[in-house]
Amino acid sequence: MEIDLQPLWLTFKLASITTVCLLIIGLPLAALLAQSRSKLKSIAEALISLPLVLPPSVLGFYLLLALSPAHGLGALLQSWFNVRLVFTFPGLVIGSIIYSLPFMVHPIQGGLEALPESLQQASWTLGRSKTDTFFKVLLPNIRPALLTGIVLTFAHTLGEFGLVLMIGGSIPGVTKVASIAIYNEAEALNFHAAHVYSAVLLVISFCILLLVYIINKRLIKNRLAL
Amino acid sequence: MIKIRIRKKLNMADGASELIVDAELPLQNITALYGPSGAGKTTLLKIIAGLIHPEIGFIEVNGEVWLDTAKKIDLPPQKRDIGFVFQDYALFPNMTVNQNLFYAAGKNADETLINHLLNLTGLVAFANHKPETLSGGQKQRVALVRALIRKPSLLLLDEPLSALDNETRIQLQQELLQLHNEYRFSALLVSHDIAEVYHLAGQVLAIDKGKIVKTGKPAEVFGLIENESIRIFAQVVSVDGDWMTVLLDQRLYKLKYINGLSVGDRVSLGLGDAEKIL
Repeated sequence: MEIDLQPLWLTFKLASITTVCLLIIGLPLAALLAQSRSKLKSIAEALISLPLVLPPSVLGFYLLLALSPAHGLGALLQSWFNVRLVFTFPGLVIGSIIYSLPFMVHPIQGGLEALPESLQQASWTLGRSKTDTFFKVLLPNIRPALLTGIVLTFAHTLGEFGLVLMIGGSIPGVTKVASIAIYNEAEALNFHAAHVYSAVLLVISFCILLLVYIINKRLIKNRLAL
Repeated sequence: MIKIRIRKKLNMADGASELIVDAELPLQNITALYGPSGAGKTTLLKIIAGLIHPEIGFIEVNGEVWLDTAKKIDLPPQKRDIGFVFQDYALFPNMTVNQNLFYAAGKNADETLINHLLNLTGLVAFANHKPETLSGGQKQRVALVRALIRKPSLLLLDEPLSALDNETRIQLQQELLQLHNEYRFSALLVSHDIAEVYHLAGQVLAIDKGKIVKTGKPAEVFGLIENESIRIFAQVVSVDGDWMTVLLDQRLYKLKYINGLSVGDRVSLGLGDAEKIL
């Protein structure tokens, strides 16, 4: 029996694009939070952490409302740019970015906060800009946290279901990712295909996590041994 | 001349509630900032570096204004011509000694100067080592060289030698003096060690509870007693005929009995000459 590999391909495409976008968004956000002493920091932290506790369908529901061409932001995008995000792949990417945001921001923020303040102060007193300091001094010294953020974001996006279903539906080749394909196949009693998709996700997720733990263990051991 | 006028609220558990400093430091000199912990020494150093911002303040170094809260001038640390040696060294763990120094030197790195300083501090063999593999003294040397590489007009040292053993500390003091003789930088050194201050500094600002309590040469600030025999104090713990036993520095000594003394009395003993302990 022929297995349609498109949902798997779509899943990895979504996870890769989400991870890259989140790296770009998450790094400055984590740096800002790690530095901030503002009273608004707690509010920002709570907002970023919401996806950890909310059912993905709640997030999906509000995103569906926000992005739908009949309402606020969605209507604006539709009338000004003729862009429609619900039931499209870019819409999925936006949903995934919000859904996986804490998985990127938390480890990086934690890593930055654990560094002694004197490291960045030393770099500043040596005449180096804040950007230089961030990329050449701070980031290289939080490699384990950075790796954890990247991998958790990727793995977490692989496992998305509720949110994807709400704002993406199940359009083959566009928004039907592996997790949704599994649901569809199981519902149609097509267990063989469901097995294949499930096994691929299971094995890959396990391997990714295993790799992270091995690498992080080595990084931390190296640091302690030195 | 370096002019510093600062007011800054502090929130320390048992220290000063406000740091108030009005001082002038001579150029090309090592000035010590001496005082107990919690007096505000590190805070003052960080204010000069631009890492902490005072409510009211004016800092001028060599005719250049770094801070003037009245005129809303507040140069960032990058624009203040300083070198800062941190108490925890703050070497970048991801870089080797050489990389640390080249990072500090920036685009127009003077390789001759870097090599000269590495030579002077005996670090050549460790140039390609990561900081974690170095001893405390070596880390401190790297931190010192790194702070000096940009030839700053003011070097700020935050208890740079406090974590080192005595022998290494004396050696590093010598190296610091040697570097100072060669480059004549102005330096402000935080220390709570009188011996260190006396050895290194030409000028002392004694600070306590956020205020400067004394200024002057080390001998003036600490009070130097000249041409007088040293007296130490012991306690009589027993009397036995012509002899008595006294307790001095947790050790017992048997001395000739002096009339009128009884157990519990304190006695003063005079010393004539000093001799090197081998």
